[in-house]
Amino acid sequence: MTATATRPSLTAKASNYLDERTSISTLVATLGRKVFPDHWSFMLGEIILYSFVAILLSGTFLTFFFEPSMTEVHYDGSYVPLKGVAMSAAYASALDLSFDVRGGLLMRQLHHWAALLFIAAIGLHMLRVFFTGAFRKPREINWVVGFILFILALAEGFTGYSLPDDLLSGNGLAIINGMVKGIPIVGTWISYLLFGGVFPGDDIVPRLFVLHIMLLPALVIAFIGIHMVLLVVNKHTQFAGPGKTNDNVVGAPIMPLFAAKAGSFFFIVFGVLVAIASTFTILPLWEYGPYDPSPVSAGTQPDWYIGFADGALRLMPGWETEIFNWTISWNILVPIAVLGLFIVIVMIYPFIEQWITGDEREHHIAERPRNNPTRTAIGAAGVWFYAIMWAAASSDLIATHFRLNVFHVTYALQAMLIVGTVVVYWLTKRIALGLQKKDREILLHGYESGRIVRRPGGEYIEVHQPLDEYEAWKLKAYESYAPVMVRPNAKGRITPATHLRAALTRWFFEDRVSPVTPRELEIAKRHDDH
Amino acid sequence: MANDNERNSMSAEDQSAPSEQSVVAYDRGAAIEQSDGFTNPGLPPHRPRQTDLHPEKERRAERQVVAWFLISMLGSVLAIVAYIALPIEPGNMASVRANNLFLGLAIALALLAVGIGGMHWARQLMSSHEVVEERHLSRGSEKSRARAVEIFQLGDQESGFSRRTLIRNTLIGAVALMPLPAIVLFRDLAPAEDAVEAIAHTMWTSGERLALDPTGTPIRADDVTIGSAFHVIPESLKDIGHNEGYLDKKALAAVLLVRLPVDRLKEAPGREGWSYDGIVAYSKICTHVGCPVALYEQQTHHLLCPCHQSTFDVTEHAKVVFGPAKRPLPQLPITVDDEGYLIAQRDFTEPIGPSFWERLNHIDPDHVPVSAAETETRA
Repeated sequence: MTATATRPSLTAKASNYLDERTSISTLVATLGRKVFPDHWSFMLGEIILYSFVAILLSGTFLTFFFEPSMTEVHYDGSYVPLKGVAMSAAYASALDLSFDVRGGLLMRQLHHWAALLFIAAIGLHMLRVFFTGAFRKPREINWVVGFILFILALAEGFTGYSLPDDLLSGNGLAIINGMVKGIPIVGTWISYLLFGGVFPGDDIVPRLFVLHIMLLPALVIAFIGIHMVLLVVNKHTQFAGPGKTNDNVVGAPIMPLFAAKAGSFFFIVFGVLVAIASTFTILPLWEYGPYDPSPVSAGTQPDWYIGFADGALRLMPGWETEIFNWTISWNILVPIAVLGLFIVIVMIYPFIEQWITGDEREHHIAERPRNNPTRTAIGAAGVWFYAIMWAAASSDLIATHFRLNVFHVTYALQAMLIVGTVVVYWLTKRIALGLQKKDREILLHGYESGRIVRRPGGEYIEVHQPLDEYEAWKLKAYESYAPVMVRPNAKGRITPATHLRAALTRWFFEDRVSPVTPRELEIAKRHDDH
Repeated sequence: MANDNERNSMSAEDQSAPSEQSVVAYDRGAAIEQSDGFTNPGLPPHRPRQTDLHPEKERRAERQVVAWFLISMLGSVLAIVAYIALPIEPGNMASVRANNLFLGLAIALALLAVGIGGMHWARQLMSSHEVVEERHLSRGSEKSRARAVEIFQLGDQESGFSRRTLIRNTLIGAVALMPLPAIVLFRDLAPAEDAVEAIAHTMWTSGERLALDPTGTPIRADDVTIGSAFHVIPESLKDIGHNEGYLDKKALAAVLLVRLPVDRLKEAPGREGWSYDGIVAYSKICTHVGCPVALYEQQTHHLLCPCHQSTFDVTEHAKVVFGPAKRPLPQLPITVDDEGYLIAQRDFTEPIGPSFWERLNHIDPDHVPVSAAETETRA
């Protein structure tokens, strides 16, 4: 004991050395015991971060072997069926790193699987944040930052998909070329500049490579940094529960529990990805052959996360207008506009909702989706809309798999896109309201215990088991909103915006189940006791 | 302005008592429903784990964590063993598979075992007591907010930013113009030639033989049996190297050749001479977004694009019968030469592939529209 007091340990000396030069102790003091709440859905964001690390590591390995060039070479690697075939250096090097580098195929598959998990986890994380209202003040900006990350992830995915210069990736680029050419006035020129001349040219792979490994990753890392800083500043949301309020965070401190769990989870995510990469083939690019503008295989599809865009193209009827000798390709512009509008609404939704509710309080309690039926219904309708466009990217495979007419499949999907979205909205709202009513019942009268009792008068009743106060709190603790009246503003005027807001609050909150009040609970208790 | 002040003063109140985000203070026509509320019962009593209660269970958990970490070490060693013991033999796909599988599984074991061991440690042995941390409003303290405003005002005063409007506006103008050279710099991403000219024509010329893709063998009319479909390139394409724009030229010139029974072919007036004995040739590049229209249905004589299912009827000048494409596939006028080989009469009479803004400016005077609708828009 005295020895340690007189002679500081090596760790202590090192810490002191570091702190005297960086004042890092301030950071540790502030963040070291910061509390993170616990819920399974909060892991989704972690999965994004950890799969991104796997992407960075495997991607760096790939750059040591991949040659981003469209110069012609004749393949001379291990894969016999393609021996002597003329192809781009990019495709040849992708084959070489798969077949002639130990662990190369593993790293390529790890990179691809990790990218798929990255985007899938982003989608699920966004849904979690949306459906629990975790985007509300003060987290609106972080929602937008996260949204930008989603778009960057899609861009990373598409540029990466295009690099190997195999038949599939070339066809993807052909579609991009066609879509860009459909843009009025500047489309032809944008395509020309993008491809460095006529499609396919021999510039696109090196150009996309620079975007894929330099510009886009730099942006992703920067925005992840902002996302994390804002997470620390705002602190994590938590679900309602006993002891949890809007003014506290209940959970595990970073040092040591949260750090240990998160660190271990990183290794688990990474390990699962490597296990998948070693056992499941992804993108067997040797089967497709080098890109050539003439052949194409039936059932061609993009990676699933681009599917919604491809599906939108498939569902659009063939409309074009020719006016003053100019061509306007509605069959391309409408899908682009619809998708653009869709994602812009996703991005600005927090601001729309806040304008409607007029609620300027900070919210740190994650809502249960049922307790905001209209928002949940909007989200579900959005998910449906996205899912149908996504399914439409497989319309031909659906047709061949279920022996249907591909034209009929397309018509059915068109109908489901328009009608289904409305139906899903309505249905979700009803289900959410129904669940709220059920919660009310349980809170007021307890669970059905399954115990049947015969009363002295001969009447049979089922005994209801009341909730304990901790379980009850989860059902009690939520906020609700009500429609606002049209009222004149400070200048005594009623503006169109006032009318619009009143109408929107009616749309949002007209059908609602109010939270149980203490008085109601009191009355119900007295009634049940009789 | 009055409104802003009001908001600030309210926020100040709020800051002084952050635990009470009073609904009343914010309720300026907000849709918040008032409620008298219940009282939070507070954290439920902490429930100890088995490892907290029984020292032998704690020791067992400790041993398990150690075991996982040892397994991880084993995994790392196995990965190196797999790397050396399972080399890739050139031409042997089974060796690639084995290397990929065992190298990957060993690395996965090393990673997963650390993860599982660490998680076990965290969940069973580290303190499980929940910690409560206070939250404060995200905004800065009133003091720092006031100081920030003061700093901006000082900055404005000392620089005269809003007072010297001419300086300010010219600065804004200078900065606004600055990106323009950067935009101009991008012009040389593509060659100097006109973008529209570059895609308006293909390499088909009068007398160019139709040849098989990709061998470049010329096709005799006699060899095209009824119901067959050929993927076609211009014969001279085979002399062009990949580094001389082979793919670019092919992407414009790819053609699909089909022979129909003569009685099935419905030819528009003016296009009667464009086919040869039931043999018709169409651009293979879809008029929607430019995928190759490669699927031919022999029974219906439909051409189907596998990308977005645009369907073209070959018996009627490849008009669109389904899908997001609007225009028929451009037809290549063909005939035969003295030796019986199929040749092009000329280039396509309209630009091939997806529609683009300037397309109608590049329609050849000899172009024969196939549908009444098309004729109408031309006129």
